[in-house]
Amino acid sequence: MKISILVNEGPYQHQASDSAYQFALAALESGHEVPRVFFYHDGVNNGTNLTTPPQDDRHIQKRWSALAQEKGVDLVLCVAACQRRGMVDEGERDRNKKDATNVADGFRISGLGQLIEAGIESDRLVTFGD
Amino acid sequence: MEEEYSGGVEKKFIYINRRVPHGTAYAIESLETVLIGAAFDQDVSMLFIDDGVFQLKKDQNTESIEFKNFSKAYRALEMYDVEKLYVETESLQERGLSADDLLVGVEMIDRARVNELIDQQDVVLSF
Repeated sequence: MKISILVNEGPYQHQASDSAYQFALAALESGHEVPRVFFYHDGVNNGTNLTTPPQDDRHIQKRWSALAQEKGVDLVLCVAACQRRGMVDEGERDRNKKDATNVADGFRISGLGQLIEAGIESDRLVTFGD
Repeated sequence: MEEEYSGGVEKKFIYINRRVPHGTAYAIESLETVLIGAAFDQDVSMLFIDDGVFQLKKDQNTESIEFKNFSKAYRALEMYDVEKLYVETESLQERGLSADDLLVGVEMIDRARVNELIDQQDVVLSF
């Protein structure tokens, strides 16, 4: 089955992102496909490469990036949510004249159309968040 | 920036709106998703339950909180072929409101029917 995932909460404050990650991993291990994870609202903060959690804690962003690199999962950050929260890739840096970028490897910024498309093309769209 | 979707698949999408219009960003984010999703020619419904019914309240004024008053956009949904707006009767009554207090025409449904409506959908997005 093709299962896409929607993450609506930021890292560390809320378990939604952890649960989404564990769910994605379990789905892949059970032989399902996870074509895309869409990060919306504060969920886009999962994609910053500027976090430094304590060493004995999980590294949420690196875990997601590894999922993209090892399993080919498409990690998409909502562009409007990113612009409001200071999530910047090279394209956004140039377009909005910022002086830095912070989108981690494996993540990309795109529009809400990617969420709708995931809903259309997947057998299930599973939401994590309140 | 959104390209037209030409996959030819039509699914039933429902957007469930559960929160007040301004205490959090969910209401406007839902509206934005609906408007962008309209380009995909899907079968779209919006459901307003719990405090979400306040999103459709007439005469909203957001000047003093410096938030954008996006409530008029609900009236424009028709132009995007989003015509199925459902409001849960009990949610409205519990808040002392009636259909006359709403800024757009809706279909009132009771709580039992809400479950049926959600059951009929392919994709459920909850805000």
